[in-house]
Amino acid sequence: METFKIILLLMLIGCAICVSLTKRLLTAVIIFMCYSLIMAVVWILLESPDLGITEAAVGAGVSGILLLVTLKKINKTETDSEESEEEQKKKAGDGDETR
Amino acid sequence: MKLDKERFNAWLNDDPDRLNGMEEMAEIPYPPRERIKEKRQELQERIDAQPVGQISFLSRKFWQRVYSVFAVICCAVMTVVLLSTVAELPRFGEYRDTINELTERYIVSGLKETGAVNIVAGIILDYRAFDTLGESFVLFCALNCVLILLRIDSSDDVRHHELYFNLAHDDILRKSALFSIPIVFVYGIYVLLNGHLSPGGGFSGGAVIGAGIILLSIAYGERASGALISEKVFKTVCCCALAFYGVAKSYSFFTGANHLHSIIKPGTPGEILSGGLILPLNIAVGMVVACTIYGMYRMFKKGRF
Repeated sequence: METFKIILLLMLIGCAICVSLTKRLLTAVIIFMCYSLIMAVVWILLESPDLGITEAAVGAGVSGILLLVTLKKINKTETDSEESEEEQKKKAGDGDETR
Repeated sequence: MKLDKERFNAWLNDDPDRLNGMEEMAEIPYPPRERIKEKRQELQERIDAQPVGQISFLSRKFWQRVYSVFAVICCAVMTVVLLSTVAELPRFGEYRDTINELTERYIVSGLKETGAVNIVAGIILDYRAFDTLGESFVLFCALNCVLILLRIDSSDDVRHHELYFNLAHDDILRKSALFSIPIVFVYGIYVLLNGHLSPGGGFSGGAVIGAGIILLSIAYGERASGALISEKVFKTVCCCALAFYGVAKSYSFFTGANHLHSIIKPGTPGEILSGGLILPLNIAVGMVVACTIYGMYRMFKKGRF
């Protein structure tokens, strides 16, 4: 059981580092959801299953979905309106500058 | 709508007309990644075309380096602070009677005073119910902020938003959702109703139910989930549940503080109808959380209900 715990915690640290080092946002979101899933198992091992349920539902499910929906909205191209295209360029510009 | 068999045959024979019934499938001119790449190139050209700043140390590269150095320093400081806090904590499962007299009180007389077998539910919904009310209001406020920021009013924008990435006709998703949605709902309701007996409670159960409604909305379209939670239902449930929570808890605090006789009994521990106010409060919190989670998804996805 101890080795299992150590493996889980190492995976947790690995996930946390990977999220911040990943260039592609979609991959980062998926790794973040993995992090929450591992965290849910860790909560159960720490004898707090209620937190495990919440972590699995909110961390791995809902917040991941919200991030994915946001990603779709950012990457979406506008076909007919000039104004939103400008907006999108601005957004992409912000992303480039932070990188 | 064609029959499933006909659609399958059409798919098998690679019939070009097989997508006729699916008006949601928008035409995408060329792959998204290439579009992004083109945009990036355009942008890079525009940045290159701009005149270079006169003072060299104010350049973009310099500040980028400064930001990354500061980010690393902040992370390191934060890590040291958190780890030093963890080092002060008692070992997991160890009993140290000098920590806090509240702990002993909760463990020794929690079951008798609250009637909840699940000691966590007893603490958060009876001893510290006021904190939980505050948390529910924080959720409600967060949703209101999302509503203010992301809500779309004109119907023109809405039609535009619906064009893309509609999975409502994905057969694999639909069939798997058909099996998993009832299980998710039943599990969520179980966690919600047994909050005072087993691990779980209002927030966990509500989150599971909310995630189930989101799955329903993704797989079967907005009409299916809209039948379950419309804007009116959402507003009524949120306000009534929060008001009920406030009134019920005010009553129990009032009677408790003035040593009056309360009509709410803890009941027999272990039964489903026990724990005094904990069960109705759990249901109220669960409804608020489920509505909030679904409402947030809706706002992020479409900008309206």
